[in-house]
Amino acid sequence: MNTVMTSENLTSGDIVINGSVGTPFCDDAKMSMRNVNVFYAENQAIHDVSLDLAKNQVTALIGPSGCGKSTFLRCINRMNDLIPQCKVTGSFVMDGAELYAKNMDPVLLRARVGMVFQKPNPFPKSIYENVAYGPKIHGLATSKSELDEIVETSLQKAGLFNEVKDRLDKPGTGLSGGQQQRLCIARTIAVSPEVILMDEPASALDPIATAVIEELISELKEKYTIAIVTHSMQQAARVSQKTAYFHLGKLVEMGDTKQIFTNPSHQLTENYISGRFG
Amino acid sequence: MTTTHLAFAVIIIALFSYWLGIKRAITVAGGEQHTRQLVSLPSQYGLLTAFWCGLPAILFLLIWSAIEASIVDSLLIQQVMLTLDTTAQQNMSLLVNNIKILAEKVQLNEDVSAATALQLQHAAYYTELNTKATWLKTLLTLVIAVGCVAVLLTKIKQSFHARNNLEKIVSGLLFTCSGIALLTTIGIVMSVLFESIAFFSKVPVTEFLFGTQWSPQIAMRADQVGGSGAFGAIPLFVGTILISTIAMCLAIPVGLMIAIYLSQYASPRLRSVAKPMLEILAGVPTVVYGFFAALTVAPLIRDFGILVDLPIVAESALAAGLVMGVMIIPFVSSLSEDALTAVPAALKEGSIGMGATHSETIRKVLFPAAIPGIVGAILLAVSRAIGETMIVVMAAGLAANLTFNPIESVTTVTVQIVSLLKGDQEFDSAKTLAAFALGLMLFITTLALNIAALKIVRKYREQYD
Repeated sequence: MNTVMTSENLTSGDIVINGSVGTPFCDDAKMSMRNVNVFYAENQAIHDVSLDLAKNQVTALIGPSGCGKSTFLRCINRMNDLIPQCKVTGSFVMDGAELYAKNMDPVLLRARVGMVFQKPNPFPKSIYENVAYGPKIHGLATSKSELDEIVETSLQKAGLFNEVKDRLDKPGTGLSGGQQQRLCIARTIAVSPEVILMDEPASALDPIATAVIEELISELKEKYTIAIVTHSMQQAARVSQKTAYFHLGKLVEMGDTKQIFTNPSHQLTENYISGRFG
Repeated sequence: MTTTHLAFAVIIIALFSYWLGIKRAITVAGGEQHTRQLVSLPSQYGLLTAFWCGLPAILFLLIWSAIEASIVDSLLIQQVMLTLDTTAQQNMSLLVNNIKILAEKVQLNEDVSAATALQLQHAAYYTELNTKATWLKTLLTLVIAVGCVAVLLTKIKQSFHARNNLEKIVSGLLFTCSGIALLTTIGIVMSVLFESIAFFSKVPVTEFLFGTQWSPQIAMRADQVGGSGAFGAIPLFVGTILISTIAMCLAIPVGLMIAIYLSQYASPRLRSVAKPMLEILAGVPTVVYGFFAALTVAPLIRDFGILVDLPIVAESALAAGLVMGVMIIPFVSSLSEDALTAVPAALKEGSIGMGATHSETIRKVLFPAAIPGIVGAILLAVSRAIGETMIVVMAAGLAANLTFNPIESVTTVTVQIVSLLKGDQEFDSAKTLAAFALGLMLFITTLALNIAALKIVRKYREQYD
């Protein structure tokens, strides 16, 4: 709350956010969000945000605390359904289908749009069971050997297999923080999603584990469309191709990462990335 | 002065010395405005002085009161011994008692003409001893109180750390309080243990543990027609297990479902109503459950038995077990709900985010993560069921049948303890002592269950924080 107040005092007094600038839309969009508003009871958390997630690219959502970037991310796979007072309006389209349509099953949607959380949250089960969890509930494997294969390939894609192959039956909670986060990524990959949402996936990790995760994200974009919320601007610059800057629930500017970080169009974006606040 | 008067006197002196301590501290500092030079606050010097005055004096009073009677008695016995021949000495305790009663009569100016001169002489000696003891007690207590204050007042200097000393006294007081709880527990265990050992010297342990006949009536005289006195506790344990099992069969599923519903599905408004209601269920006195079982549930079950042509006795294990089950539902549901709510939200989000449904998430992630807490809740409920008395006393009857049939009448360990100790009893008969042996068994069982519950909860607690 304080951060919001401060940044508002610092900036919004003289700088007006009047629609977003830059290029929020692209030609090969995997997902298209239009005129999104999100309300928590009386409070509006997101104001009229429209943007695209480009296919097989990493889109970074940046902005000061409380700017609504996490809220926006969680709307994309309808995790906000879990919060009773939360109301979402606007349109979310993935491959031509409206995500908030009546006939859209949020459970199936979440299998197609996976999510990795800020704090590593492996289930209190073995490493194997953690990865096999998704395939089991979605019936993706018909036999034990098929399941074994899914688990192995998922762990390999997450770059964890060589570290844990001898102890797949040990609890996932016994791994280090970085390994736990890669386990969570492997768990998400195991259900073959099309989009992966990452909510500050490296904020609880040390620099070395962070570097491993960032490298992994760059590899994963070959197969998946990725949206990542991050507080670290260096991280956004390193891993993403597109960057969206949020401020007070509004999308201020979006464009190619290189352009945003070298030549931002909006004064607020420039203030933020040059470290004047946030 | 009596001990109570003395205690009051000490408290008054302590209050006075509080003021004295403050005065002294201020004087040492060199006046009101210089109290900053002291290492502690003036009120802390006052408090310390008060504690120093009160605590040793009260402690002395307690110890004196504990040993005074036995010292006076032994002095009296010495005196009596001098004047009596050895044959009379066998009844010494009786003699001493008579002398004490006589002394009291003399003090109350009652008729003492029946007493001999020697007895009167002893009585007078006893009165004299008591008077001396009281004087000594008063004198010593006051000297200790005043002396301690005097010593402390001379110790108060600018650099005297009253604050630290006060902290030590406070931690000492807290330690004493926890010691009282601990000693009480040990005392109860010891008394039960020793009476049980006395019982096992009359009835062999093996008969008690493995005998299948329970009939604790013993003929008091040779010509009396009474029970033979069989002390096989197996029927009681079987009855206890039967009723507890019925209770748990009801309480575990219902309690867990309630916990899952309240923690995962219920709207905040419903939860805010349902939780206090459940807690009221836990607060109903067990005797109320007892007559609910005996007057409402048992006849219902019997009528139902008649309907389906099943001979259900009025005081069936089923009725008692079911009502007991209702009673312990809140124990299971409340603790399990806490365990489920304590599972980090991140785990739930992780599972939902994988595309699991709500119930899949509960079954496969939340429930396994909450298992230690749930097992703890269940074990706690079991030990509660085993130790429960009122419901079974009123609804399950006294007949010690060895049966696993829930529609028959059985009895439990606790019920038998109640019936063994009801009314007048002599403390050297096997019948009375059997209650202690049963109590010991009950204590060991519930203790083992509680330890198991704690172990399980501790073992798995750190794993998912």
